[in-house]
Amino acid sequence: MLSGKEAKMEISKLQKKILIILLLLCLIAPLGIVIPAFFNAGEAWGEWSAQTVKELVGYVPQGLAKYSDVWKAPLPGYTMNAGDKSVMHQSGYYIISGIIGATITYIVMLLISKLIVRNGE
Amino acid sequence: MHIPDGYLSPQTYIPLMGVFVVSAALAVKNVKKEVSARNIPYLGMAAAFSFIIMMFNLPIPGGTNGHAVGSAVIAILFGPWAATVAVSVAIIIQALIFGDGGITAIGANCFNMAVFMPFAAYYIFKLLSSNPAGSARVFFAAFISGYLSLVMAAVLTAAELGIQPMIASSSDGKALYCPYNLSISIPAMAIGHLLLFGIVEGIITALIVSYFFKNEPGVIYAFRKGGKNGD
Repeated sequence: MLSGKEAKMEISKLQKKILIILLLLCLIAPLGIVIPAFFNAGEAWGEWSAQTVKELVGYVPQGLAKYSDVWKAPLPGYTMNAGDKSVMHQSGYYIISGIIGATITYIVMLLISKLIVRNGE
Repeated sequence: MHIPDGYLSPQTYIPLMGVFVVSAALAVKNVKKEVSARNIPYLGMAAAFSFIIMMFNLPIPGGTNGHAVGSAVIAILFGPWAATVAVSVAIIIQALIFGDGGITAIGANCFNMAVFMPFAAYYIFKLLSSNPAGSARVFFAAFISGYLSLVMAAVLTAAELGIQPMIASSSDGKALYCPYNLSISIPAMAIGHLLLFGIVEGIITALIVSYFFKNEPGVIYAFRKGGKNGD
């Protein structure tokens, strides 16, 4: 009989492999900012800042102006310093953001799943 | 595909928030029925995977960028309801911590990428694969499932954005929220997803589903009759 704790901590070989792959993906995530910059691809469609919308259509829609700053995210745009022009630094911020975000997502999902799923113990 | 704050009118984001909350409640109820405790680590990894894969922005040279979502592979492997919970967690954390997708648009973004997309993906896969299936068939069905479900979710997102000028404009005819109508938003969103982002979602889905099909076929939700496995 395993204690509850041991049973819960048990992850398979495949699951360990997946965790390693997830970490590797975090480490190469800067490709997600470097490659679009290389191909001169702009922002995602419909995700422009109020300023960009003004350049595109000549005005800032009233509702957009009102709501666009409704939330101040702690790490907006997956960076700690949006003004930093260094690609190297931004890549580092992106990796850190990825690791922070993926870890929080993983833990929150584990907690929610444990709350929801009570069978199989 | 992450709609920011200010692009959707309250007439749009409030109903979508309602639909999402109901979907999330149903998802919790069904995950409780369907998922066994030993698969919990997979769900955490699935949510983290979705979070990370959305950071890989892919360029349309000289145009816009976009990304895969991961909803299709999660829906096929762990069920559409589990995918709803996992991808919603990723989207909500993206919005709260990284400002990727709006707070007011959380319902819309979760509905598009975490409710509509996994269900579309799951049923497309079920339609195209057979059980028992050969590995080529599984690869093909998973690819089409990922490809089409992402394109469909992008078009749904474009529709939500494109109806804004009709819903809310000021007296001088200026839009209050998203300024582009359907005739612009649909093609703009569809093209990138048809040409590139959908293909990447398809390849990711096909490769991972094929890997599980070869190594851990018992895990694959779409090939079980439903209900808990391994208990």
